[in-house]
Amino acid sequence: MTRSLPRRSQEPVAWSLFGAGGMLLAFLGPALVLITLLVLPALLADDVAAGHAAVLAALRHPLGALLAFAGLSLTFFHTLHRLCHGLHDLHVPLSARLVGWVGYGTATLLSLLAGVWLLGL
Amino acid sequence: MSGSLKVRVQRYRPEEDDAPWWQSFEVPWSEDTSVLDALNHIKDVEDGSLSYRWSCRMAICGSCGVMVNDEPRLGCKTFLRHYADADEIVLRPLENLAVERDLVSDIDPMLAHIETVQPWLQREQAEAPEAGETLQTPVQMARYESFSHCINCGLCYAACPQFGRNPDFLGPAALTLAQRYNLDSRDEGREARMPFLNGEDGVWACTFVGYCSDVCPKDVDPAAAINQGKVASNVNYAVNLFRLLRGGDDA
Repeated sequence: MTRSLPRRSQEPVAWSLFGAGGMLLAFLGPALVLITLLVLPALLADDVAAGHAAVLAALRHPLGALLAFAGLSLTFFHTLHRLCHGLHDLHVPLSARLVGWVGYGTATLLSLLAGVWLLGL
Repeated sequence: MSGSLKVRVQRYRPEEDDAPWWQSFEVPWSEDTSVLDALNHIKDVEDGSLSYRWSCRMAICGSCGVMVNDEPRLGCKTFLRHYADADEIVLRPLENLAVERDLVSDIDPMLAHIETVQPWLQREQAEAPEAGETLQTPVQMARYESFSHCINCGLCYAACPQFGRNPDFLGPAALTLAQRYNLDSRDEGREARMPFLNGEDGVWACTFVGYCSDVCPKDVDPAAAINQGKVASNVNYAVNLFRLLRGGDDA
């Protein structure tokens, strides 16, 4: 018994963003926590204003903004992807299509907001 | 180490029973008594009408899969001594598959899924035997070897919540076998298999619960194979996207 060829799933788009977000979180997450919660506050304890100026300058630099955008946006997609599949695994009686639109729509919206915020700095 | 244990078995004989029912037996055990031995004891001594599948008694044939206390296990590889402290052990046919009779499951859906992914060596051109063997290095073999240990016992299908909810999902064993042949340096059948992996009932229906790998009696790790399949399907998606952008056909 052989099947006719099935329709291609569009899941690779969501999975790529999920995977990229997960990878980024795994590699950069601990370092970011270390730097922003411990190292920078310790180094800049004497001059908070200079620290603020330095972080602002980094975020205004195109490369810094791009990194921050990737860090935020991919994390949104990673989290929302897991939530969508988590709802399915928990047998929450919602249509997969609806969950997909709301989930990935939220990630897209949050990414846009992050982009607008970074551009406006 | 020895004793006796209450074994509760789900019975269902379609020509007599309207619904499944339970039957209990007291089974003597010693250190080397397996669940399969217990079933053979029941059939030989207590009730000859009990039906169950078995053959090799050594975890190779993959016939004797049953639910032991709600866990998919091979009867021959599960020993009563591990349940010595329990009040009883409860045996049911494999989850997620229809019951044919007593502990015998209808495994046709699983076999159909396995056949779908064409798990055999495919060559674009047939070679004459005189051409000799198609050689493979140990490194090339190591890529797929662990996935080739699958014995088609179906425990992973009984464990998989996605297969339970969507019987069209190709499932752990089929997707693992697809990966096993896709990774084989001698095989040229990847193009025929990928559409089934790429489909909505292929690798993407898996949410990486991972219970299939927990219950696999041969340590095949289907969850890892499926995730490797997701990477392969992802690459295939990107390549297809470029082909479409350049005006090519959708594949």
